[in-house]
Amino acid sequence: MSEQPTLFELSRPGRSGTEPPEPDASLPALADCLAEDHLRQEPSGLPELAESSTVRHYTRLSGLNMSIDTNFYPLGSCTMKYNPRINEVVASNPGFSHVHPLCEDHELQGYLELFSRLEKMLAEISGLPHVSLQPAAGAHGELASLMMIKARCRERGELERDVVLIPDSAHGTNPSSCTIAGFKTRNINSGEDGTIDLDSLHEALGPDVAAMMITNPNTLGIFESRIDEISALLHEAGALLYMDGANMNAILGITRPGDFGVDVMHFNLHKTMSTPHGGGGPGSGPIAVTDELEPYLPVPRIVRSEDGLELCGDRPLSIGKVRSFFGNSGILVRAYAFIRAHGPEELRGISEHAVLNANYIRHRLEQAYHLPYDTPCMHEVVFTAKKQKAGGIRALDIAKRLIDLGYHPPTIYFPLVVHEALMIEPTETETPETLDRFCEAMLQIAREAEENPDLLKAAPVTQVVKRLDEVNAVKTPILTCPCDEQPSEVEAG
Amino acid sequence: MTRPVDLKYSPSHEWARIEDGIVTVGITDHAVEQLGDLVFVDLPEAGTAIGRGDAFGEIESTKSASELFAPFSGEITEVNSELADDLAPLAADPFGAGWMIKINISNPDEVSELIDLEQYEELIAREGDH
Repeated sequence: MSEQPTLFELSRPGRSGTEPPEPDASLPALADCLAEDHLRQEPSGLPELAESSTVRHYTRLSGLNMSIDTNFYPLGSCTMKYNPRINEVVASNPGFSHVHPLCEDHELQGYLELFSRLEKMLAEISGLPHVSLQPAAGAHGELASLMMIKARCRERGELERDVVLIPDSAHGTNPSSCTIAGFKTRNINSGEDGTIDLDSLHEALGPDVAAMMITNPNTLGIFESRIDEISALLHEAGALLYMDGANMNAILGITRPGDFGVDVMHFNLHKTMSTPHGGGGPGSGPIAVTDELEPYLPVPRIVRSEDGLELCGDRPLSIGKVRSFFGNSGILVRAYAFIRAHGPEELRGISEHAVLNANYIRHRLEQAYHLPYDTPCMHEVVFTAKKQKAGGIRALDIAKRLIDLGYHPPTIYFPLVVHEALMIEPTETETPETLDRFCEAMLQIAREAEENPDLLKAAPVTQVVKRLDEVNAVKTPILTCPCDEQPSEVEAG
Repeated sequence: MTRPVDLKYSPSHEWARIEDGIVTVGITDHAVEQLGDLVFVDLPEAGTAIGRGDAFGEIESTKSASELFAPFSGEITEVNSELADDLAPLAADPFGAGWMIKINISNPDEVSELIDLEQYEELIAREGDH
C-alpha cells in the first residue's frame, strides 16, 4: 500500500498541529509526580504532523472504505444493516450525549426512563419478561448469561452440571463463552436437513448438562422447526435453553424465543436494531430471561419507586456488574429510536422483507451456485463454491472478485459444517434493483470461474490493496513502525 | 493423493498407524485440503497422558482453528517438532512427514471405535455438501 503513507511516514520532527498555551500556573516537575520507572526516557515516537495533513490523511483513507453507506454489504450472520439517520439525531440530543455517567439517579431520569422502556420492548419482542441492557456485545451477553446459568447451578447445588451442548453450526463465540464461564462443551450434530439432529441431542443429554446454546434460525439460515421438542427435552432433563440472538432479524414479531421454550437469550442491538458496528461503533448485547433466572441478572437493576426510577444493587443472587455504568448507553438510545420509529407492525415487516430478500437471492443464484440445503431459507442463504471448485476456484476467490465489482464480500467459510461456504445476508433495506445488480455480479463471477479463472484468483485487481498474503499476515506480522530506529520483525507464536 | 489402506481413520479426520503398541497419529489429506492455507499447529509435550477423544492439540488455518483429537488413550511418547516451524511437510505429505504425535497406547481395543479407509472415504464423500 505504498501509495498510502502512514502517519508515521508523513511525520516530520518538530511539526505540530496545535500549540497549547503556556500554563498560567506553576506545574510540579514530572519526576515529583511519577516514579522513575514510569517516566519515559525516550520520546514516545508519536507522529508529528500539521492538522491539515492529519485531516487529509484520514479523509483520504475513509474514501477507500467499503461500508454500508457506500456499498451493498451482504455479510451473512453479521446483519450489516443500514443505520437510519434518525437514530443519530436522537442520540445526539444533549440530554443524552452530554450526561455524565457519575450523575445521581434523580439527575438521570430521562436516561433511566428510556432504559426502562427499552427493557420492556425487548421483553415483549423476546417473550422473556426480564431484561438487562448491560452487556456490551453479543459474546458479552453470552458470557453474562452463562455466568447466570452457573450461578443457578450453584444455588441449586447442581455443580455437577458442567456441560453445555453446542450444535456444530454454532457461532464460535458460543463454545468460547462456555469455556470462560467454566463449562465444558459437547457437540451436537446437524442432521441432513441442516437442523439439530434429535438423536444426537438424546445421546448427549445427561445429568451433567446445564444448558444448550442454540441459534434460531441457525447459522445455515434455517429455522429449527422442532425447537419445542428440543426445549421440552432439555427442561425434562433439568437443563436450560439459551438462544444466541444473532439471527433475530428473521423472526421479529413473528415468533418469540420465550414462547418456544428459551430460558435466556441475548440480542445484538448492533445487528437487529440497526445500531452501527463492524468498526463503526460499539456493540450492545442485552440479555432477556425468564422469571426463574431474574434474580441472577447483573446489577444494578432499574426499579421504579415513589421518587421515580432508581438503580438498585441490592440483589444477593446477582452475578454482579458486567459492565461499567449502564452498558453502551448511546447505542441503547439508537436502538430505542429504531424500535419507536418502526412500531410493532413494521418490526414484523422488517423480518418479512429480510426473509423475502434472502430467498430472492437464493432463487436467482440457485442454478449457478450449489445450495447445500435445498429448503427455503430465513434471512440469510448459504451457498457453496462446489460447482466452481472443479476449476480450482474457492469461495475466497469469489469473495475477492466481488470487491472488484463493488460489493462487500459475504461471509465465507462459515458455518464450518459447510465446505467452501458463501453466506449471504441482504437485510430488509435493499431495493430490488440492488439485489438484481448483486445477483448479476454473482452470475458474472460464476461465468468467469469457467472462462477466466485466473482473473478470480488474482482478484481484487481494481483496489488500492490487491490480494493479501493471509498466511504471512498471520505468521509474521510486522508490529513495528518505520519511525523506530532499529526496525525488527516480531515473530508471532 | 492415494490414501494408505493400512491405516485406521477417525470421523474427525485423524489417521492412526498401529505398530507394536505404538500409534502414530496425523491428519488426512482431506482435512488438510479443507483447512486451506495452514498457519500454526499446537502440539503437546512428549510425556503427556491423553484419553481417547481428547483434544491433543490445535491446528489453525486462514479459515479456521480446529482441535486435534486423540484416536487412542495412552502416553504421548514423541512429537513431530519440525511442524512447529514449518507446516510444509504436513501440506505435502500428511500421511508421512506430516505425522504429529506417537502414542504408547493403553487400550488396544479402542481400535474398534475407528473406521477403515473405505468407510472414511464414504464419510467424506457425504459430508459438507448434503
